[in-house]
Amino acid sequence: MSESMNEPSLPLAASPVQHTPLRWRTTSLVGRILLQRGLQALVVAALVGTLSFLMMRMLPGDTAFRVAAARYGFDMVSAAAAEAVRAELGLALPWTDALLRWWHHLLQFDLGLSSVTGAPVIDEIVHQLGHTLRLAVAALAVSCAIAVPLGFAAGLRAGGALDRGTLVASVLLRAMPPFVLGIVLVTVLAIEWNLMPAGGHHVHGALLMPALTLGLGLAATSMRVARNAMASVAEAPYFAFARVKGLTDGQALLRHGVRNAAIPLVAYLGVQLVYLVEGVVVIETLFAWPGIGHALVHAIFGRDVPMIQGTALVMGLMFVALNTLVDLACAWIDPRVRLARGRR
Amino acid sequence: MAHTSAPASTEAGERAVRVIGPWELSSLDPLRNGYLFSRMQVTETLVDFDADGLPTPALAARWQLSADQLTWRFTLQPGARFHDGTPVRPAHVVAALERARHAAGMLRVAPIADIGAEPDGIRIVLTRPFTPLLALLSHSSAQVLAPASFAPDGNVRAIIGSGPYRIVDLEPPQRFSIAAFDGWRGMAPAVRRASYLSVGRAEMRALMAEGGQAELAYGLDPGSIARLATSPNVRLHAVTIPRTTALKVNAGHPFLADVAVRRALSLAIDRRGIATAILRDPALAATQLFPPSLTGWHDDALPPLHFDSATARALLAQSGWQPGADGILRRGDARFAITLRTFPDRPELPVIATALQEQFRQVGIAMRVAVGNSGDIPFAHRDGSLDIGLMSRNYGVVPDAFGTVSQDFPPNGNKGGDWGAMGWADPAVTRALAALPSTPADADGGQLRGRLRRQIAATLQRDLPLIPVVWYRQTLAASPRLGGVSIDPFERSYRLTQMHWHS
Repeated sequence: MSESMNEPSLPLAASPVQHTPLRWRTTSLVGRILLQRGLQALVVAALVGTLSFLMMRMLPGDTAFRVAAARYGFDMVSAAAAEAVRAELGLALPWTDALLRWWHHLLQFDLGLSSVTGAPVIDEIVHQLGHTLRLAVAALAVSCAIAVPLGFAAGLRAGGALDRGTLVASVLLRAMPPFVLGIVLVTVLAIEWNLMPAGGHHVHGALLMPALTLGLGLAATSMRVARNAMASVAEAPYFAFARVKGLTDGQALLRHGVRNAAIPLVAYLGVQLVYLVEGVVVIETLFAWPGIGHALVHAIFGRDVPMIQGTALVMGLMFVALNTLVDLACAWIDPRVRLARGRR
Repeated sequence: MAHTSAPASTEAGERAVRVIGPWELSSLDPLRNGYLFSRMQVTETLVDFDADGLPTPALAARWQLSADQLTWRFTLQPGARFHDGTPVRPAHVVAALERARHAAGMLRVAPIADIGAEPDGIRIVLTRPFTPLLALLSHSSAQVLAPASFAPDGNVRAIIGSGPYRIVDLEPPQRFSIAAFDGWRGMAPAVRRASYLSVGRAEMRALMAEGGQAELAYGLDPGSIARLATSPNVRLHAVTIPRTTALKVNAGHPFLADVAVRRALSLAIDRRGIATAILRDPALAATQLFPPSLTGWHDDALPPLHFDSATARALLAQSGWQPGADGILRRGDARFAITLRTFPDRPELPVIATALQEQFRQVGIAMRVAVGNSGDIPFAHRDGSLDIGLMSRNYGVVPDAFGTVSQDFPPNGNKGGDWGAMGWADPAVTRALAALPSTPADADGGQLRGRLRRQIAATLQRDLPLIPVVWYRQTLAASPRLGGVSIDPFERSYRLTQMHWHS
C-alpha cells in the first residue's frame, strides 16, 4: 500500500492484479458516484419539498396572520390585513391544492413567489446563496490556513509543547460562543486597531471579519482532526520505514505524510462546508451578512412557505453536491477507494 | 487599513451619509417597506408634517376644505417631477391613494367616498367630516410613485419617487443607496449621497457607529447607549417618541373582567424598576397611556399610575381572591393562572415580560410567558383566546394619534381593536371618538378637541383596558462630522436634507 503512495503519478500506478486499466476503472467509478448521487438528488428534492410543506402546515398558529406580520410589521399587522393576505394567497384552499400547485410549478423549474416579499423565490435564493458561499469558502480558507499547518506540526510531535498549546487554544476557541467571539474580534480589530470594517457586506474587506470569526471557530476542531490524522500517520510503520530508508523529515512528510493525513481531513472539511452552507445564522445576523441561514430563519418566522420549500430544496441538493465532491476528492487522493469500488 | 476612518467616498469623490437601522428592506411595496424610502426622502406624500405636528405642503402645494367639510381639494406642486424626468400628474396621485386604501394601509381608516383627478390636483370626497385625513395622507403607504415603478402585474419593481433624493442602487433585503436628484424643485441638499443598511443586531449597529462605519445609527440598545455616551467618535441624540409598551388585557376574561383586578395588576407593576433596569432610564416609566410627546392626548392633570403591591393584594382580596397553598391566588375552584403573549421583534419586550411575570407572582398571580409572532396577538384577539398581550403600540404611525386610537377603541360593541381594547367599551370614549374627526381645528374647535381627548385619556386611566408599562425613547448615534442632525419624533424622515458636513 505504501508503495503505491510513493508514486507521484497515480493513474499510471497499475497494480499487478489489475486486469483493466485503472483509468477505465476511475471513469466508471466517477460515473457510478455521479449516478448514485444523481438519484439521491431526485429523492431528496421530492422528500424535502413535500416534507417542509407538510411541516409548515402542521405548525400551530395562523399562516395569514404570520405572513401579514412579516409583510407589514408589528405596527401595521391587523385582522383586516391578515384577511387580505388570506384571500391573495388562497390560504383558505385545501392544503392538497397548494401542494399540487407547488409540484406542478416545480416540474417547470419554477419555485414560485415569496409570500412575504412577493419576489421570485429563485432570485432570492441565488442572491443569498451567493453571499453564503462566499462567506463559507472564505471561512474554510481561514480555517485551513490555521488548522492544517498547526495541526500537522502538532501531530508530528504528538505530546510536545505545540501539541499541548494548540489543544488549549482549540478548547478555548471551541468553548467561546460565536456571537461573543465576533463581538470580541470587532471590538479589538475594528474599533481599537481600526484594521477592518465591523459589519455590512458591501464595503471592501467586509468579508474579513465574519470569515475570521467563523474560521477561528472551525479551526478549533479541524486543527485537532489534522493533528490526530498526522499523529496516526507518524506512528505508522510505512512512515517509520520512509525515514529509516534515509528520507529527510521533510521528504517523508511530503511524500508519505500529507497525502495519508489528508483523507480524514478532507472528509471532515466536507462536513464543515455543509455546516457553513447551511448558513451560520448567528454570524450572518451579527455581521449583517445577507446569507441563506438568516433568510431561512426569517422565512420560518414569517411562515413564508414557498421560500422555505425552495430554500430547503436547494440546500438539500447542495448537500448532495457537496457529498459528491467530497467522494470524488477522497477517491482522487486515496487509490484504495478506487480499487475497492472498482472491484465491486 | 484606512477604510473605515473616512466616510465612504464614491467615484465622484462625494462623501455619503451611511444610515444603519434594524429595518429590513424585504419589499419595494409602499404598503410594506415604503417607510424606508420616505425616511430617506426618496418618495413623497401629498402632505408632510413639521416638528410641531402641523401639516405642511409636500407634493400638494396647498389644500382647501369645502364648507360642508366633505370635499378636500389638493393642488399639486407645479414643478414636481419624478426621478425619471416625467411630471407628477393628478392621475398618478389618485392611483397611489387608491392603492393605499388597502387593508394594511392607514387610509382605510378614512370614510372616503371617492378620489378623483382635477386639472391641477386631486379631490377627495368623504361620507362624513374627517379632520385627521391630512395625517393619514402623510403615511408612507400613501407615497406617490411614477408609473414606470410598476411591473405589468402591478407589483413594484423600481422606486421612482419625486423626493430630493433618487435611488442609485437597490440591494434588497439589506441595502440601498441614494444621490441628490438634480431635478428637485426645492433647494439642493448639502448632503449629496447617502445609503441605508439594515443591521439586525443592536450591538453591531453601535460598534459600526463607534468604528466610523456609519454616520447615523438608529435603534440602539440601552447597554450600548451607556457605552457610546463616553465615546469621542459619536454624538448621541435622543427624543421620546409616541410609543407605549402596554398590556392588552382581555376584559372579557372571567378573571380580568373586574376593573378592581385590572387596577391591582397595574399597581403590582414596578414601572420605575423596569424602566431603570431594562431601559436604563427611570423617566420612561409610564404614568398614563399617552406619553408626554403626544401633545393634546397626554394630560399632566391625570393621577399617575404607581406601584403599590399592598393595595394590589387588598384589591384582589376584595374581588374574592385568596392565596392558596402554593402562594397563588384562588377563588373557589379557580387558580389565578394566565398566559401573557408577546413577540421578540422589539428586543426589550420578552425581557419586560419576564419582569412582569415576577412582579405578578409577588401578588399571587401565576403568569406563563409565551414569546411568539406579533401576528399571534391580533389572532388571539379574534378567536378570544388571549388573556394578556404585551405589545408596543405606536400612537405616532401618523402625526395625529386619532389614526391609531380610533382603531384601538372602535365603535363595535365591546369587540375592541386588534391592538386595543378587548371585551371592553365605554360610551363616553365611543362618543368622543365619533365627535373628534368632525370637530374643526380652529380656536373654538381646538378647545373642544382638547376636552374630548382628555375625556378619552381619563376613561382609559380609570378602566385600564390597556395597562401602560413604559414609554419609549428613540436614540441615534451620529458622527460628529455631520451637522444639523436631529430626530423626527414621528419617525417619518431621517432629515438628510437638513444636514451638512462639518469638514
